[in-house]
Amino acid sequence: MSDLNDLYQEVILDHNKRPRNYRTLEGANRRAEGFNPLCGDRLTLFLTIDDGVIREVAFQGSGCAISKASASLMTEALKGKSVAEAQALFERFHRMVTAPPDAPVEPLGKLSVFAGVREFPVRVKCASLAWHTMKAAVKQDKPEVVSTE
Amino acid sequence: MIPGTVPTATTTRFDVDKVRRDFPILAQLVHGKRLVYLDNANTSQKPRAVIEALDRYYEEANANIHRATHMLSERATGAYEGARLKAQQFVNAPEVRAIILTRGTTDGINLVAQSYGRLVLKPGDEVLISWMEHHSNIVPWQLVCEQTGARLRVAPIDDRGELVVEEFERLLSDRTRIVAVAHVSNSLGTINPVRQIVELAHAKGAAVLVDGAQAAPHLPIDVQALDCDFYVLSGHKMYGPTATGLLYGRTELLERMPPYQGGGDMIQSVTFEKTTYNVLPYKFEAGTPNIAGVVGFGAAIDYLQSFDRAAVLEHEDALLGAATARVAEIPGTRIYGTAREKTGVLSFTLDGIHPHDAGTILDAEGVAVRSGQHCAQPVMDRFGVPATIRASFGIYNTIEDVAALVAALHKARTMFA
Repeated sequence: MSDLNDLYQEVILDHNKRPRNYRTLEGANRRAEGFNPLCGDRLTLFLTIDDGVIREVAFQGSGCAISKASASLMTEALKGKSVAEAQALFERFHRMVTAPPDAPVEPLGKLSVFAGVREFPVRVKCASLAWHTMKAAVKQDKPEVVSTE
Repeated sequence: MIPGTVPTATTTRFDVDKVRRDFPILAQLVHGKRLVYLDNANTSQKPRAVIEALDRYYEEANANIHRATHMLSERATGAYEGARLKAQQFVNAPEVRAIILTRGTTDGINLVAQSYGRLVLKPGDEVLISWMEHHSNIVPWQLVCEQTGARLRVAPIDDRGELVVEEFERLLSDRTRIVAVAHVSNSLGTINPVRQIVELAHAKGAAVLVDGAQAAPHLPIDVQALDCDFYVLSGHKMYGPTATGLLYGRTELLERMPPYQGGGDMIQSVTFEKTTYNVLPYKFEAGTPNIAGVVGFGAAIDYLQSFDRAAVLEHEDALLGAATARVAEIPGTRIYGTAREKTGVLSFTLDGIHPHDAGTILDAEGVAVRSGQHCAQPVMDRFGVPATIRASFGIYNTIEDVAALVAALHKARTMFA
């Protein structure tokens, strides 16, 4: 195996310990729940979307370091993005974490710390849970439970 | 198990180093580290005797059973029915026709739920299970309750993870038709007082199914002494192949039960007007079974029975005791399942480290454990945790394995400090 330090980078450990935007969001107009039945990771994502732009984003839930840090970093990345940009970012993130280990890493700013996940196939779902939840949230007006299974 | 006792590899009455040489898979390195396999409650590794039995069957005897007149079919039938006899002795069933060979515990429970359950359950009747059941001893009962209008009741467990017998007794009613309980809990390790449960249930006229999946590798099983009506177990958790197992059933109940699946081998005669079913146990074994697997299951029974089982249990319980004591010393650990009678399983959490992360870090150290809900979501909810780390012990584990587990947990703590 690939070095554990590729997976548990400082940034990830930090966001696990002190997740950003970790709260409920008053006045949110999108809300979705994500659940990974394999490990019991669970999160609720809140978004305020205005004129097709994500103005505010927050999350709550419980999960492993990878899923929590991924949700935390995602909330930072999404603020101010249009829905279309967010969806494009989902695609790029998903490509990064599911690429073969030897494929070059497409620069994705801070989110690049999750490139190490590709060497741990069972953890890909942890990293992508928040993103799948976001994808469902921007599409739907009604809250729903999203599963990575 | 005596908590706090720390054994050494030499205090036991059997030679664990010799046992380890029987399991080829254990000799390998994982991520450059010695493989420390502590996921035995999930599935066990297979001794050479079992692997060779599978090979030998395919090389020397492979044919379909119970139907052809040629030599190979006779050999295959002999090997298959020979395994059934071993299975009968393994659980001390009074008759060989009381042993149905299945794909495993889940298959056995579904068979009983669909055949016996649909036969006896009427609207308003009740099925009573315990809070510590594996999903496979919950969902089949939910399904049959939905189909029949019966109600599923659940007897609570206490903070140690023991069944609250008084509550169980209170929930038993004249409407209880079936009681289904684990012999040993897969997530907590609790050994249930099965004999007492059976007595209480029989007094109310309910039949009892015992899920022996976790008991089979550790405890001697005597269905006559337990006086249970059904007992199910899986071959793969007791060093046998996957997709094998047995259902013991009281023959008067099995006789009354309708077939579970239709097909070849389970019939005596078929016309478009009327089909007559085969006798026990074949009535419940439709289609060509996992013949090679069953032969391997027989070899696994022989392997396990070649030991002084009391000495094996003493060895495993000593490891569990040592692991419990040493894990408890790590700051921030919480142990789930502290029943006075337990075996096989140490379930715990570490403060600030999600079990899934711990599982990945342990794996990098060569230590295989399970982290998650262990197919027992109600148990996790009962203790208010999303998941636990579970180390589970088998015949080939050593005190060095316990040390490797503890060292890897310390490494996880350092990483997440």
